[in-house]
Amino acid sequence: MATTHTLSVLVEDKPGVLARVASLFSRRGFNISSLAVGPTETPSVSRMTIVVEVEDLPLEQVTKQLNKLVNVLKIVELDPNASVQRELLLVKVKADLTSRSHVLETVQLFRAKVVDVATDAVTIEATGTADKLAALIKVLEPFGIRELVQSGLVAVGRGSRSITGAETRLRSVSA
Amino acid sequence: MSRQESGGTVTGAQSLVRSLESVGAEVVFGIPGGAILPAYDPLFDSKTVRHILVRHEQGGGHAAEGYAQATGKVGVCMATSGPGATNLVTPIADAYMDSVPIVAITGQVPSMSIGTDAFQEADICGITMPITKHNFLVQHVDDIPRTIAEAFHLASTGRPGPVLVDLPKDILQASGTFAWPPTLDLPGYHPTTKPHAKQIREAAKLIATAKRPVLYVGGGVLKARAAAELRVLAELTGIPVVTTLMARGAFPDSHTQHLGMPGMHGTVAAVTALQKSDLLITLGARFDDRVTGKLSTFAPDAAVIHADIDPAEIGKNREADVPIVGDCRETIIELIAAVKELYDGGTRADITGWWKTVDQWRRTYPLGYEEPTDGSLAPQHVISRIGAIGGPEALYVAGVGQHQMWASQFISYENPYTWLNSGGLGTMGYSVPAAMGAKVGRPEATVWAIDGDGCFQMTNQELVTCAIEGIPIKVAVINNGNLGMVRQWQTLFYEGRYSNTNLQSKRIPDIVKLADAMGCIGLRCDTKDDVDATIEKAMAVDDMPVVIDFVVGQDAMVWPMVPAGTSNDEILAARDTRPDYDSDELV
Repeated sequence: MATTHTLSVLVEDKPGVLARVASLFSRRGFNISSLAVGPTETPSVSRMTIVVEVEDLPLEQVTKQLNKLVNVLKIVELDPNASVQRELLLVKVKADLTSRSHVLETVQLFRAKVVDVATDAVTIEATGTADKLAALIKVLEPFGIRELVQSGLVAVGRGSRSITGAETRLRSVSA
Repeated sequence: MSRQESGGTVTGAQSLVRSLESVGAEVVFGIPGGAILPAYDPLFDSKTVRHILVRHEQGGGHAAEGYAQATGKVGVCMATSGPGATNLVTPIADAYMDSVPIVAITGQVPSMSIGTDAFQEADICGITMPITKHNFLVQHVDDIPRTIAEAFHLASTGRPGPVLVDLPKDILQASGTFAWPPTLDLPGYHPTTKPHAKQIREAAKLIATAKRPVLYVGGGVLKARAAAELRVLAELTGIPVVTTLMARGAFPDSHTQHLGMPGMHGTVAAVTALQKSDLLITLGARFDDRVTGKLSTFAPDAAVIHADIDPAEIGKNREADVPIVGDCRETIIELIAAVKELYDGGTRADITGWWKTVDQWRRTYPLGYEEPTDGSLAPQHVISRIGAIGGPEALYVAGVGQHQMWASQFISYENPYTWLNSGGLGTMGYSVPAAMGAKVGRPEATVWAIDGDGCFQMTNQELVTCAIEGIPIKVAVINNGNLGMVRQWQTLFYEGRYSNTNLQSKRIPDIVKLADAMGCIGLRCDTKDDVDATIEKAMAVDDMPVVIDFVVGQDAMVWPMVPAGTSNDEILAARDTRPDYDSDELV
C-alpha cells in the first residue's frame, strides 16, 4: 500500500538541479505530492523537501536513483514522529460586517493570523501540519473562500542533530 | 591527467583543446558549425588530438561509442549547437543504456542569447538530462579545464556512461587561464567500488552450497575488465556460465562450462538453466526484460546474488538475497578467495547431477538453423563463415535485428571486447559508425561490421569518412531486402501481413555501386559456394573499406525465441517446437 514519505534532499545549489530532481521523479513514474526548495545554513547547498506517495520498495528505488544524480549530496527520510513538519497557508475569506467576528474567532481558535483586511474579505495566514490546515480550511469554507494558496511542506528532524552535520551518515542505499 | 601546466592567458577554445590533450584524448569524432567554430581553430593545430570529420553527428556519436567499447578508453564526439547537438541524442541515449563512457562536446549559442530561440539554439542540457550520466553548461571560461576533467572522470568511473559538456560560443572566445590538473569538485559523486566483506561471505556460502547454480554474467564484467578473474571463479567452482548480449566475449564460447547467451533469443540450455536454477550469481547484469521474459515467472526457485557497481540496479527488477555493491573485478577477486576458503573447509555442494541435466538440454537443443529450401543463401551460414574466417582476434560490430542475433549466436567469441552492439537501446544504424570508431581505436585489428540492409541504409554515409580518413573496416550487409526482425514478428504474430517491412533493398540501392561511389570496394555474394571466397577477398584488403552485399533469403528466422511478454518456460527451440522438459530430472 502506498504511504506518504518525506524526503529531505541536500543538493548543490547549481542551475538546473530542480529540473534534474523533478524530471527524475516523473520519468521513473513517481508522483510528487509536494516539493519545497530553499537555501540552507551552507551557502552552496540547497535543501529540497519532497513528499511522495509511494510503496516501500519503489521508494528505495527512487532514493537510489536520486543518489545517482551528481548534484545530490544527501537524502534523508524524515519520520513524521521524529520531525517537525509544516506548511504555510494563505487564504482569502469573505468577511462582511455580519460574518467578520465569526471568521476572526476561527482565526483565533487555529492560532492563525489575519494579514490583510478589506471591507468584504480578510486574508488569513496559518502554518501547521497538513491536517491542521485542512481542518482550518474546512471550517472557513462556509464563509466563502475567495482564493487559497499553500506552500509545499518543509520539515526538520527533532533534537540537536543536523542532517548536514558530520554525525548524520548518508542514508544507506547499498542495502 | 598526466600533464602539468599552469598560468598563461588562453581563449576558452584553446583551454578546451589543451584540456582534451591533457586528459589524454587521442581522437575526436565531430563536425564543426557556427557555435563550436572557435574550438575548431586551436584543434587544427593540436599535435595529439586527431579530429575525424564525420558525415553526420549521429555517426560521430556511435564512432565514439565504438572507440570506447573497443579500447576501454573514453570516446569523444563534438558537434555544434542546435541540430548538431540534437543529432547526438541517439548515440548518447545508446551509450546511456549500454553504459558506454563517452564525452560529447557541443557548442551553444552565446550566453546572452540563451533562451531567446536564437539561430541553432537547442537546450541540449535539458534534452539530454534523462539520457546522460551528467551534463554541464559551462558558464565561465576558467571552468573549462575542471569541467572537462570532471566529464572524463564521470564518464569512465563507477558505472560508465555518457557525459555532455555544452559550451556557449562567447565562453569559447573569452580569455582566461589554463591550469592542469584541475581540482575536481564533485561532492555528490562517490561510487562504491569495494564490496562489503559480509556480503561477500554470504555470497560465498550460497555459491558453495547451491545445487543448481548459474553464473549470470552481464556487460558489467567487461566494463570492470574482469574477464580473466571471471574465468578463475568459473573454473574454481565449475558452475555453468551464461553471458548476456552485452557480455559476449567475457567468457570463451569454446569453454565447456559456457552455455551461451540467455534471453529472448538465447540458447535453450542458457535460458532453461537460469529458469531451473536455485542460485543466480549475477555479475554486472541487470535482469533486463529481454533476459527475464515475464519477470514474475523468471527463475522462480532461485536465490539471487546480485553484484553491480550501481546500487540502483540491485532490487530494481528482481529482489536480491545477497546484494553486493562494488566493482565487478574486485567483487570476483574477493569471491574467489572466500569460496576457496569454504572449499578448503570442506563445504562444497555436488553439482554433477545439475551438469548432467544441463548437458542434456545442451545436447538435445544445440543452436542451429535449417537450410533454406528455396535455394537462397542462409544468413546464418554467411555470419558463421565470417566468424570462422575472421577469427577470434577480430572485432565484430553488429547493427540491430536478426543479423545482430545471428552474429551473437553463430560467431564464437573467445576474447573480451571483440563483440560490439547496441543492446539496451537497440539502435539500428549503430554498426557502420561504431565499427569505424572501433577500428580507429584498434587499428591493428580486423573489424567486421555485420549489418542488415535496413540498418545499413541509416548510417552508411560514414563509409565516406572511412574511405577518406583511411579506416579500412569490412562491412557485411546481410541483405534480405526486409526489416527482417519486424518481418519475423509479422510472420509469427500478425498472420504474415507484411506491412511496410519490404525495403526492396536487393534491387535498390545497388549496394556494390553505392560502396564504389563512397570510395570502398564493393562485392556481392548470393550463393553458398561463393561465401568463403568473397570473405577471403575482403580479408585480403587492408587499405580500403570493403562492403559485401550478401544477398540472403527473406524467410530465415531467429531461433530459439521466447515470445515477448511470455515466460521463459515458453521458449521455442524452433518454430512450433517446445523443448520437452518432462524427460528431465532435476537434482
